[in-house]
Amino acid sequence: MNLVIREALLAFRRAPLLSTLSVTTIAFSLFVVGLFGLVAVNLQQALRDVAERVEIVAYLLPGTPIETITIAQKDIEAFPEVQAATYVSEDQALRRARSELVEFRDVLQELERNPLPASIEVKLNPRFRDAEHVNDVAERLRGFGFVDDVRFGRDWVEKLDRLRQIAAAVGLVVGAAFAAVAIIIIGTTIRMAVLQRSREIAIMRLVGATDGFIRRPFLLQGALKGMLGGLVAIGLSFGAYALINRWLIHAEFFSQEQAVAIVGFGMLIGFFGSAASVGRHLRRV
Amino acid sequence: MIKFTNVFKAFPKGGLALKDVSFHIAKGEFVFLTGHSGAGKSTVLRLVYAEEPVTSGEVRVSGFNLAELRHRDIPMLRRRLGIVFQDFRLLEDRTAEENVAFALEVTGARRASIPARVMRVLTQVGLAAKAQAYPRELSGGEQQRVAIARALVNEPTVLLADEPTGNLDERATRGVFQLLRDINASGTAVVMATHDLDLVRQAPYRVIELQEGALVYDSGVDEPRDQAATP
Repeated sequence: MNLVIREALLAFRRAPLLSTLSVTTIAFSLFVVGLFGLVAVNLQQALRDVAERVEIVAYLLPGTPIETITIAQKDIEAFPEVQAATYVSEDQALRRARSELVEFRDVLQELERNPLPASIEVKLNPRFRDAEHVNDVAERLRGFGFVDDVRFGRDWVEKLDRLRQIAAAVGLVVGAAFAAVAIIIIGTTIRMAVLQRSREIAIMRLVGATDGFIRRPFLLQGALKGMLGGLVAIGLSFGAYALINRWLIHAEFFSQEQAVAIVGFGMLIGFFGSAASVGRHLRRV
Repeated sequence: MIKFTNVFKAFPKGGLALKDVSFHIAKGEFVFLTGHSGAGKSTVLRLVYAEEPVTSGEVRVSGFNLAELRHRDIPMLRRRLGIVFQDFRLLEDRTAEENVAFALEVTGARRASIPARVMRVLTQVGLAAKAQAYPRELSGGEQQRVAIARALVNEPTVLLADEPTGNLDERATRGVFQLLRDINASGTAVVMATHDLDLVRQAPYRVIELQEGALVYDSGVDEPRDQAATP
Protein backbone atom coordinates (compact mmCIF):
# COMPACT_ATOMS: atom_id res chain seq x y z
CA MET A 1 0.00 0.00 0.00
CA ASN A 2 2.90 2.23 0.85
CA LEU A 3 4.26 1.77 -2.65
CA VAL A 4 0.85 2.44 -4.19
CA ILE A 5 0.64 5.82 -2.46
CA ARG A 6 4.21 6.67 -3.36
CA GLU A 7 3.72 5.76 -7.02
CA ALA A 8 0.45 7.67 -7.17
CA LEU A 9 2.04 10.80 -5.70
CA LEU A 10 5.18 10.46 -7.79
CA ALA A 11 3.03 10.67 -10.90
CA PHE A 12 2.11 14.23 -9.91
CA ARG A 13 5.77 15.12 -9.58
CA ARG A 14 6.89 13.32 -12.71
CA ALA A 15 4.23 14.82 -14.94
CA PRO A 16 3.31 18.09 -13.23
CA LEU A 17 1.96 19.69 -16.40
CA LEU A 18 -0.31 16.83 -17.33
CA SER A 19 -1.45 16.41 -13.73
CA THR A 20 -2.28 20.11 -13.45
CA LEU A 21 -4.06 19.92 -16.77
CA SER A 22 -6.14 16.94 -15.62
CA VAL A 23 -7.07 18.58 -12.36
CA THR A 24 -7.96 21.82 -14.16
CA THR A 25 -10.06 19.98 -16.73
CA ILE A 26 -11.86 18.04 -14.04
CA ALA A 27 -12.33 21.25 -12.04
CA PHE A 28 -13.90 23.15 -14.94
CA SER A 29 -16.10 20.23 -15.96
CA LEU A 30 -17.38 19.96 -12.42
CA PHE A 31 -17.62 23.75 -12.21
CA VAL A 32 -20.10 23.71 -15.10
CA VAL A 33 -22.05 20.98 -13.36
CA GLY A 34 -21.79 22.98 -10.16
CA LEU A 35 -23.04 26.19 -11.77
CA PHE A 36 -25.99 24.35 -13.15
CA GLY A 37 -26.50 22.83 -9.73
CA LEU A 38 -26.53 26.32 -8.22
CA VAL A 39 -29.18 27.42 -10.68
CA ALA A 40 -31.23 24.33 -9.86
CA VAL A 41 -30.82 24.81 -6.11
CA ASN A 42 -31.92 28.43 -6.31
CA LEU A 43 -34.78 27.74 -8.67
CA GLN A 44 -36.03 25.06 -6.33
CA GLN A 45 -35.75 27.38 -3.39
CA ALA A 46 -37.68 30.06 -5.28
CA LEU A 47 -40.40 27.55 -6.13
CA ARG A 48 -40.55 26.45 -2.53
CA ASP A 49 -40.93 30.05 -1.43
CA VAL A 50 -43.79 30.48 -3.86
CA ALA A 51 -45.39 27.20 -2.85
CA GLU A 52 -45.19 28.43 0.73
CA ARG A 53 -48.11 30.67 -0.20
CA VAL A 54 -50.33 27.80 -1.29
CA GLU A 55 -53.22 28.04 1.13
CA ILE A 56 -56.80 26.90 1.23
CA VAL A 57 -59.32 29.15 2.93
CA ALA A 58 -62.64 27.69 4.07
CA TYR A 59 -65.16 30.49 4.78
CA LEU A 60 -67.62 29.59 7.49
CA LEU A 61 -71.35 30.23 7.67
CA PRO A 62 -72.17 33.02 10.12
CA GLY A 63 -73.23 31.84 13.57
CA THR A 64 -71.32 28.57 13.55
CA PRO A 65 -70.67 27.71 17.22
CA ILE A 66 -67.04 27.98 18.27
CA GLU A 67 -67.09 24.44 19.76
CA THR A 68 -68.01 22.97 16.38
CA ILE A 69 -65.26 24.94 14.76
CA THR A 70 -62.67 23.80 17.31
CA ILE A 71 -63.56 20.13 16.75
CA ALA A 72 -63.51 20.59 12.96
CA GLN A 73 -60.17 22.35 13.19
CA LYS A 74 -58.73 19.32 15.02
CA ASP A 75 -60.17 17.01 12.34
CA ILE A 76 -58.66 19.08 9.56
CA GLU A 77 -55.28 19.16 11.23
CA ALA A 78 -55.40 15.38 11.33
CA PHE A 79 -55.52 15.20 7.50
CA PRO A 80 -52.20 13.76 6.37
CA GLU A 81 -51.76 16.57 3.84
CA VAL A 82 -52.30 19.34 6.34
CA GLN A 83 -49.53 21.13 8.14
CA ALA A 84 -51.67 23.65 10.07
CA ALA A 85 -55.27 24.81 10.25
CA THR A 86 -55.78 28.26 11.73
CA TYR A 87 -59.12 29.69 12.77
CA VAL A 88 -59.63 33.34 11.88
CA SER A 89 -62.69 34.92 13.56
CA GLU A 90 -64.76 37.70 12.01
CA ASP A 91 -63.06 40.29 14.20
CA GLN A 92 -59.60 39.06 13.34
CA ALA A 93 -60.51 39.13 9.67
CA LEU A 94 -61.62 42.74 9.95
CA ARG A 95 -58.52 43.82 11.84
CA ARG A 96 -56.35 42.14 9.26
CA ALA A 97 -58.25 43.81 6.46
CA ARG A 98 -57.81 47.20 8.09
CA SER A 99 -54.08 46.81 8.43
CA GLU A 100 -53.46 45.18 5.05
CA LEU A 101 -55.89 47.03 2.81
CA VAL A 102 -54.71 50.52 3.62
CA GLU A 103 -56.51 52.14 0.68
CA PHE A 104 -59.88 50.94 2.02
CA ARG A 105 -59.14 51.95 5.59
CA ASP A 106 -61.77 54.69 5.62
CA VAL A 107 -64.45 52.44 4.23
CA LEU A 108 -63.60 49.74 6.72
CA GLN A 109 -63.58 52.22 9.62
CA GLU A 110 -67.07 53.40 8.86
CA LEU A 111 -68.71 49.99 8.80
CA GLU A 112 -71.48 49.48 11.29
CA ARG A 113 -71.53 45.76 10.93
CA ASN A 114 -68.58 43.47 10.14
CA PRO A 115 -69.26 41.97 6.68
CA LEU A 116 -66.31 39.60 6.77
CA PRO A 117 -66.92 35.90 7.49
CA ALA A 118 -64.88 33.79 9.86
CA SER A 119 -62.61 31.27 8.17
CA ILE A 120 -60.22 28.35 8.66
CA GLU A 121 -56.93 28.82 6.81
CA VAL A 122 -55.34 25.54 5.87
CA LYS A 123 -51.66 25.22 5.09
CA LEU A 124 -50.45 22.02 3.45
CA ASN A 125 -47.27 20.05 4.10
CA PRO A 126 -44.61 20.99 1.55
CA ARG A 127 -44.88 17.81 -0.48
CA PHE A 128 -48.65 18.16 -0.90
CA ARG A 129 -48.59 21.68 -2.31
CA ASP A 130 -49.76 20.70 -5.80
CA ALA A 131 -53.03 21.05 -7.68
CA GLU A 132 -54.18 17.49 -7.11
CA HIS A 133 -53.82 17.50 -3.34
CA VAL A 134 -55.06 21.05 -2.99
CA ASN A 135 -58.23 20.12 -4.90
CA ASP A 136 -58.64 17.02 -2.86
CA VAL A 137 -58.36 18.82 0.49
CA ALA A 138 -60.65 21.63 -0.74
CA GLU A 139 -63.24 19.04 -1.68
CA ARG A 140 -63.11 17.50 1.76
CA LEU A 141 -63.43 20.92 3.40
CA ARG A 142 -66.58 21.57 1.37
CA GLY A 143 -68.05 18.48 3.00
CA PHE A 144 -68.29 20.23 6.38
CA GLY A 145 -71.85 21.51 6.85
CA PHE A 146 -70.82 24.88 8.25
CA VAL A 147 -68.43 25.68 5.41
CA ASP A 148 -69.91 28.26 3.09
CA ASP A 149 -67.19 28.44 0.44
CA VAL A 150 -63.66 27.23 -0.21
CA ARG A 151 -61.06 29.30 -2.09
CA PHE A 152 -57.55 28.40 -3.11
CA GLY A 153 -56.60 30.10 -6.37
CA ARG A 154 -56.97 27.09 -8.65
CA ASP A 155 -55.31 28.67 -11.70
CA TRP A 156 -52.39 29.80 -9.71
CA VAL A 157 -51.76 26.42 -8.13
CA GLU A 158 -52.00 24.74 -11.53
CA LYS A 159 -49.50 27.18 -13.03
CA LEU A 160 -47.15 26.53 -10.15
CA ASP A 161 -47.50 22.81 -10.82
CA ARG A 162 -46.60 23.30 -14.45
CA LEU A 163 -43.62 25.46 -13.55
CA ARG A 164 -42.38 22.81 -11.18
CA GLN A 165 -42.71 20.09 -13.83
CA ILE A 166 -40.80 22.17 -16.34
CA ALA A 167 -38.08 22.94 -13.81
CA ALA A 168 -37.75 19.27 -12.89
CA ALA A 169 -37.63 18.10 -16.53
CA VAL A 170 -35.13 20.76 -17.57
CA GLY A 171 -33.08 20.08 -14.46
CA LEU A 172 -32.98 16.38 -15.17
CA VAL A 173 -32.17 16.62 -18.89
CA VAL A 174 -29.70 19.49 -18.71
CA GLY A 175 -28.17 18.17 -15.51
CA ALA A 176 -27.72 14.72 -17.05
CA ALA A 177 -26.23 16.26 -20.19
CA PHE A 178 -23.76 18.34 -18.19
CA ALA A 179 -22.86 15.37 -16.04
CA ALA A 180 -22.35 13.22 -19.15
CA VAL A 181 -20.12 15.87 -20.72
CA ALA A 182 -18.13 16.08 -17.50
CA ILE A 183 -17.74 12.30 -17.39
CA ILE A 184 -16.57 12.18 -21.02
CA ILE A 185 -14.08 15.03 -20.61
CA ILE A 186 -12.71 13.67 -17.35
CA GLY A 187 -12.53 10.16 -18.81
CA THR A 188 -10.54 11.47 -21.77
CA THR A 189 -8.17 13.38 -19.50
CA ILE A 190 -7.52 10.30 -17.44
CA ARG A 191 -7.04 8.24 -20.57
CA MET A 192 -4.30 10.68 -21.57
CA ALA A 193 -2.57 10.14 -18.25
CA VAL A 194 -2.70 6.39 -18.79
CA LEU A 195 -1.40 6.63 -22.36
CA GLN A 196 1.38 8.93 -21.24
CA ARG A 197 2.54 6.14 -18.98
CA SER A 198 1.90 3.24 -21.37
CA ARG A 199 5.64 2.66 -21.70
CA GLU A 200 5.95 2.37 -17.97
CA ILE A 201 2.97 0.03 -17.86
CA ALA A 202 4.55 -2.16 -20.55
CA ILE A 203 7.78 -2.34 -18.56
CA MET A 204 5.91 -3.15 -15.36
CA ARG A 205 4.24 -6.06 -17.10
CA LEU A 206 7.52 -7.30 -18.50
CA VAL A 207 9.11 -7.51 -15.08
CA GLY A 208 6.14 -9.44 -13.74
CA ALA A 209 3.83 -6.88 -12.15
CA THR A 210 0.27 -8.12 -11.74
CA ASP A 211 -2.58 -6.16 -13.32
CA GLY A 212 -3.82 -5.27 -9.85
CA PHE A 213 -0.46 -3.85 -8.90
CA ILE A 214 -0.34 -1.73 -12.06
CA ARG A 215 -3.91 -0.57 -11.62
CA ARG A 216 -3.88 0.53 -7.98
CA PRO A 217 -1.70 3.67 -8.25
CA PHE A 218 -3.84 4.82 -11.20
CA LEU A 219 -7.05 4.37 -9.25
CA LEU A 220 -5.69 6.28 -6.29
CA GLN A 221 -4.32 8.97 -8.56
CA GLY A 222 -7.62 9.21 -10.45
CA ALA A 223 -9.57 9.55 -7.21
CA LEU A 224 -7.11 12.18 -5.94
CA LYS A 225 -7.35 14.19 -9.16
CA GLY A 226 -11.12 13.94 -9.06
CA MET A 227 -11.16 15.11 -5.47
CA LEU A 228 -8.81 18.03 -6.15
CA GLY A 229 -10.85 18.95 -9.22
CA GLY A 230 -14.02 18.79 -7.14
CA LEU A 231 -12.55 21.07 -4.48
CA VAL A 232 -11.40 23.59 -7.10
CA ALA A 233 -14.86 23.40 -8.71
CA ILE A 234 -16.49 24.20 -5.36
CA GLY A 235 -14.10 27.13 -4.99
CA LEU A 236 -14.93 28.40 -8.48
CA SER A 237 -18.64 27.95 -7.85
CA PHE A 238 -18.32 29.88 -4.63
CA GLY A 239 -16.57 32.69 -6.49
CA ALA A 240 -19.35 32.77 -9.07
CA TYR A 241 -21.95 32.67 -6.33
CA ALA A 242 -20.29 35.55 -4.48
CA LEU A 243 -20.26 37.66 -7.65
CA ILE A 244 -23.89 36.89 -8.46
CA ASN A 245 -24.90 37.59 -4.89
CA ARG A 246 -23.10 40.90 -4.87
CA TRP A 247 -24.11 42.25 -8.27
CA LEU A 248 -27.21 40.43 -9.41
CA ILE A 249 -29.59 38.67 -7.07
CA HIS A 250 -29.62 37.26 -3.62
CA ALA A 251 -28.86 33.59 -4.16
CA GLU A 252 -28.19 30.53 -2.08
CA PHE A 253 -25.03 28.41 -2.08
CA PHE A 254 -24.78 24.64 -1.83
CA SER A 255 -25.44 23.05 1.49
CA GLN A 256 -22.47 21.23 2.99
CA GLU A 257 -23.92 17.91 1.84
CA GLN A 258 -24.32 19.14 -1.72
CA ALA A 259 -20.73 20.42 -1.79
CA VAL A 260 -19.50 17.09 -0.46
CA ALA A 261 -21.61 15.35 -3.13
CA ILE A 262 -19.88 17.34 -5.90
CA VAL A 263 -16.42 16.49 -4.58
CA GLY A 264 -17.54 12.89 -4.17
CA PHE A 265 -18.86 12.87 -7.74
CA GLY A 266 -15.42 14.07 -8.91
CA MET A 267 -13.71 11.35 -6.91
CA LEU A 268 -16.00 8.67 -8.28
CA ILE A 269 -15.52 9.77 -11.89
CA GLY A 270 -11.76 9.93 -11.28
CA PHE A 271 -11.74 6.48 -9.76
CA PHE A 272 -13.99 4.72 -12.24
CA GLY A 273 -12.58 6.65 -15.20
CA SER A 274 -9.13 5.42 -14.24
CA ALA A 275 -10.40 1.90 -13.69
CA ALA A 276 -11.98 1.88 -17.16
CA SER A 277 -8.96 3.43 -18.89
CA VAL A 278 -6.35 1.24 -17.24
CA GLY A 279 -8.53 -1.82 -17.62
CA ARG A 280 -8.94 -1.20 -21.32
CA HIS A 281 -5.26 -0.49 -21.70
CA LEU A 282 -4.26 -3.66 -19.86
CA ARG A 283 -6.60 -5.79 -21.93
CA ARG A 284 -5.25 -4.37 -25.14
CA VAL A 285 -1.50 -4.68 -24.56
CA MET B 1 13.42 -25.42 -19.36
CA ILE B 2 12.07 -24.09 -22.67
CA LYS B 3 10.43 -26.59 -24.96
CA PHE B 4 8.71 -25.87 -28.28
CA THR B 5 6.83 -28.76 -29.87
CA ASN B 6 5.40 -28.27 -33.37
CA VAL B 7 4.65 -24.63 -32.70
CA PHE B 8 2.74 -22.57 -35.23
CA LYS B 9 2.06 -18.90 -34.84
CA ALA B 10 -0.23 -17.03 -37.21
CA PHE B 11 0.04 -13.30 -37.83
CA PRO B 12 -3.13 -11.48 -36.84
CA LYS B 13 -3.68 -10.47 -40.48
CA GLY B 14 -2.95 -13.89 -41.95
CA GLY B 15 0.23 -15.73 -42.81
CA LEU B 16 2.47 -17.65 -40.47
CA ALA B 17 5.11 -16.10 -38.24
CA LEU B 18 6.28 -19.52 -37.09
CA LYS B 19 5.87 -22.81 -38.93
CA ASP B 20 6.19 -26.05 -37.07
CA VAL B 21 9.03 -25.02 -34.77
CA SER B 22 10.37 -27.56 -32.25
CA PHE B 23 13.38 -27.30 -29.98
CA HIS B 24 14.38 -27.83 -26.41
CA ILE B 25 16.67 -25.56 -24.43
CA ALA B 26 18.10 -27.08 -21.28
CA LYS B 27 18.87 -25.46 -17.97
CA GLY B 28 22.04 -23.37 -18.02
CA GLU B 29 22.42 -23.45 -21.80
CA PHE B 30 23.51 -20.49 -23.95
CA VAL B 31 21.63 -20.40 -27.23
CA PHE B 32 21.85 -18.01 -30.16
CA LEU B 33 18.64 -17.47 -32.06
CA THR B 34 19.67 -16.25 -35.50
CA GLY B 35 18.05 -15.37 -38.77
CA HIS B 36 17.24 -12.33 -40.89
CA SER B 37 14.91 -9.62 -39.74
CA GLY B 38 11.39 -10.97 -39.76
CA ALA B 39 12.55 -14.60 -39.60
CA GLY B 40 10.66 -15.11 -36.36
CA LYS B 41 13.35 -14.65 -33.68
CA SER B 42 11.39 -12.07 -31.73
CA THR B 43 8.20 -14.08 -32.15
CA VAL B 44 9.86 -17.07 -30.49
CA LEU B 45 10.87 -14.88 -27.55
CA ARG B 46 7.45 -13.25 -27.34
CA LEU B 47 5.83 -16.67 -27.13
CA VAL B 48 8.26 -17.65 -24.36
CA TYR B 49 7.33 -14.70 -22.17
CA ALA B 50 3.65 -15.07 -23.03
CA GLU B 51 3.32 -11.73 -24.74
CA GLU B 52 1.42 -13.55 -27.46
CA PRO B 53 -0.53 -16.79 -27.45
CA VAL B 54 0.55 -19.84 -29.42
CA THR B 55 -1.67 -20.61 -32.41
CA SER B 56 -1.03 -24.35 -32.25
CA GLY B 57 1.56 -26.68 -30.79
CA GLU B 58 2.96 -26.69 -27.28
CA VAL B 59 5.26 -24.30 -25.48
CA ARG B 60 6.57 -25.15 -22.04
CA VAL B 61 8.62 -22.67 -20.06
CA SER B 62 10.06 -23.28 -16.63
CA GLY B 63 7.31 -25.70 -15.70
CA PHE B 64 4.44 -23.67 -17.19
CA ASN B 65 2.43 -25.03 -20.11
CA LEU B 66 1.67 -21.76 -21.86
CA ALA B 67 -1.48 -23.04 -23.54
CA GLU B 68 -2.99 -23.55 -20.10
CA LEU B 69 -1.56 -20.37 -18.59
CA ARG B 70 -4.26 -18.07 -17.27
CA HIS B 71 -3.91 -14.36 -17.86
CA ARG B 72 -3.35 -13.71 -14.18
CA ASP B 73 -0.53 -16.25 -14.01
CA ILE B 74 1.53 -14.48 -16.68
CA PRO B 75 3.27 -12.26 -14.08
CA MET B 76 4.36 -15.39 -12.19
CA LEU B 77 5.95 -16.75 -15.37
CA ARG B 78 7.72 -13.47 -16.08
CA ARG B 79 9.21 -13.30 -12.62
CA ARG B 80 11.16 -16.43 -13.51
CA LEU B 81 12.45 -14.83 -16.71
CA GLY B 82 14.75 -11.90 -17.32
CA ILE B 83 14.03 -9.97 -20.49
CA VAL B 84 16.37 -7.57 -22.30
CA PHE B 85 15.63 -5.59 -25.46
CA GLN B 86 17.53 -3.79 -28.16
CA ASP B 87 16.03 -0.47 -27.04
CA PHE B 88 16.79 -1.07 -23.31
CA ARG B 89 13.28 -0.01 -22.20
CA LEU B 90 14.39 1.88 -19.13
CA LEU B 91 12.22 4.43 -17.37
CA GLU B 92 13.75 7.77 -18.26
CA ASP B 93 12.64 9.53 -15.12
CA ARG B 94 14.26 7.06 -12.74
CA THR B 95 17.91 6.51 -11.89
CA ALA B 96 19.73 3.29 -12.75
CA GLU B 97 19.21 2.15 -9.19
CA GLU B 98 15.49 2.99 -9.24
CA ASN B 99 15.03 1.23 -12.57
CA VAL B 100 16.46 -1.95 -11.12
CA ALA B 101 14.64 -1.59 -7.80
CA PHE B 102 11.39 -1.10 -9.74
CA ALA B 103 11.53 -4.72 -10.94
CA LEU B 104 11.74 -5.87 -7.34
CA GLU B 105 9.07 -3.53 -6.04
CA VAL B 106 6.46 -4.60 -8.58
CA THR B 107 6.92 -8.21 -7.58
CA GLY B 108 6.27 -7.36 -3.96
CA ALA B 109 9.79 -8.01 -2.68
CA ARG B 110 10.50 -7.15 0.93
CA ARG B 111 11.33 -3.43 1.08
CA ALA B 112 14.30 -3.80 3.38
CA SER B 113 15.99 -6.33 1.10
CA ILE B 114 15.77 -4.20 -2.04
CA PRO B 115 18.78 -1.81 -1.77
CA ALA B 116 21.29 -4.59 -1.14
CA ARG B 117 19.95 -6.74 -3.96
CA VAL B 118 19.99 -3.81 -6.35
CA MET B 119 23.58 -2.91 -5.50
CA ARG B 120 24.64 -6.51 -5.92
CA VAL B 121 23.37 -6.77 -9.49
CA LEU B 122 24.60 -3.29 -10.39
CA THR B 123 28.03 -4.37 -9.18
CA GLN B 124 27.70 -7.56 -11.19
CA VAL B 125 27.10 -5.60 -14.40
CA GLY B 126 29.88 -3.14 -13.50
CA LEU B 127 27.71 -0.07 -12.89
CA ALA B 128 27.78 0.31 -9.13
CA ALA B 129 29.45 3.70 -9.51
CA LYS B 130 26.66 5.01 -11.72
CA ALA B 131 23.72 3.88 -9.60
CA GLN B 132 22.47 7.46 -9.25
CA ALA B 133 22.70 8.30 -12.95
CA TYR B 134 19.64 8.73 -15.13
CA PRO B 135 19.46 6.77 -18.39
CA ARG B 136 20.13 9.91 -20.46
CA GLU B 137 23.41 10.34 -18.60
CA LEU B 138 24.56 6.83 -19.56
CA SER B 139 26.02 5.49 -22.79
CA GLY B 140 24.11 2.88 -24.79
CA GLY B 141 26.27 0.09 -23.41
CA GLU B 142 25.74 1.31 -19.87
CA GLN B 143 21.99 1.57 -20.38
CA GLN B 144 21.93 -2.00 -21.62
CA ARG B 145 23.85 -3.04 -18.53
CA VAL B 146 21.19 -1.39 -16.36
CA ALA B 147 18.54 -3.29 -18.33
CA ILE B 148 20.46 -6.52 -17.78
CA ALA B 149 20.78 -5.75 -14.08
CA ARG B 150 17.01 -5.21 -13.94
CA ALA B 151 16.49 -8.56 -15.72
CA LEU B 152 18.81 -10.31 -13.28
CA VAL B 153 17.63 -8.84 -10.02
CA ASN B 154 14.77 -11.32 -9.68
CA GLU B 155 17.26 -14.18 -10.14
CA PRO B 156 15.68 -15.64 -13.25
CA THR B 157 16.40 -19.11 -14.51
CA VAL B 158 16.47 -17.84 -18.11
CA LEU B 159 17.60 -14.55 -19.55
CA LEU B 160 15.92 -13.69 -22.85
CA ALA B 161 17.79 -11.10 -24.87
CA ASP B 162 16.24 -9.74 -28.07
CA GLU B 163 19.05 -8.18 -30.16
CA PRO B 164 20.68 -6.82 -26.99
CA THR B 165 23.62 -5.44 -28.94
CA GLY B 166 21.62 -4.15 -31.90
CA ASN B 167 21.97 -0.51 -30.85
CA LEU B 168 25.54 -0.67 -29.56
CA ASP B 169 28.93 0.07 -31.09
CA GLU B 170 31.49 -2.68 -31.36
CA ARG B 171 33.20 -2.03 -28.05
CA ALA B 172 29.94 -1.88 -26.10
CA THR B 173 28.75 -4.97 -27.96
CA ARG B 174 31.76 -6.92 -26.81
CA GLY B 175 31.29 -5.75 -23.25
CA VAL B 176 27.59 -6.64 -23.11
CA PHE B 177 28.20 -9.99 -24.78
CA GLN B 178 30.93 -10.81 -22.27
CA LEU B 179 28.52 -9.88 -19.48
CA LEU B 180 25.91 -12.28 -20.88
CA ARG B 181 28.55 -15.01 -21.05
CA ASP B 182 29.50 -14.37 -17.43
CA ILE B 183 25.87 -14.54 -16.41
CA ASN B 184 25.54 -17.83 -18.25
CA ALA B 185 28.70 -19.13 -16.60
CA SER B 186 27.10 -18.58 -13.23
CA GLY B 187 24.24 -20.91 -14.18
CA THR B 188 21.54 -18.81 -15.82
CA ALA B 189 20.36 -20.00 -19.22
CA VAL B 190 20.64 -17.30 -21.90
CA VAL B 191 18.65 -17.14 -25.12
CA MET B 192 20.02 -14.40 -27.31
CA ALA B 193 18.35 -13.38 -30.54
CA THR B 194 20.85 -11.71 -32.86
CA HIS B 195 21.73 -11.32 -36.50
CA ASP B 196 25.33 -10.41 -35.67
CA LEU B 197 27.09 -13.45 -37.12
CA ASP B 198 30.51 -12.23 -35.96
CA LEU B 199 29.29 -12.54 -32.43
CA VAL B 200 27.85 -15.98 -33.10
CA ARG B 201 31.19 -17.17 -34.49
CA GLN B 202 33.10 -15.87 -31.48
CA ALA B 203 31.61 -18.35 -29.06
CA PRO B 204 31.06 -22.08 -29.16
CA TYR B 205 27.39 -21.88 -28.28
CA ARG B 206 24.40 -23.61 -29.72
CA VAL B 207 22.80 -21.86 -32.69
CA ILE B 208 19.15 -22.09 -33.71
CA GLU B 209 18.47 -20.48 -37.06
CA LEU B 210 15.09 -19.43 -38.34
CA GLN B 211 14.12 -18.59 -41.89
CA GLU B 212 10.71 -17.22 -42.73
CA GLY B 213 9.29 -18.68 -39.59
CA ALA B 214 10.75 -22.15 -40.00
CA LEU B 215 13.58 -23.65 -37.99
CA VAL B 216 16.25 -24.40 -40.59
CA TYR B 217 19.25 -25.18 -38.42
CA ASP B 218 19.89 -26.24 -34.88
CA SER B 219 23.47 -27.01 -33.91
CA GLY B 220 22.16 -28.62 -30.75
CA VAL B 221 20.74 -31.61 -32.63
CA ASP B 222 22.88 -34.14 -34.42
CA GLU B 223 21.54 -33.66 -37.91
CA PRO B 224 20.90 -30.21 -39.28
CA ARG B 225 17.51 -30.10 -40.98
CA ASP B 226 18.72 -28.03 -43.87
CA GLN B 227 22.30 -28.26 -44.96
CA ALA B 228 22.05 -25.15 -47.09
CA ALA B 229 21.43 -23.00 -44.07
CA THR B 230 24.50 -24.06 -42.15
CA PRO B 231 26.44 -20.94 -41.29
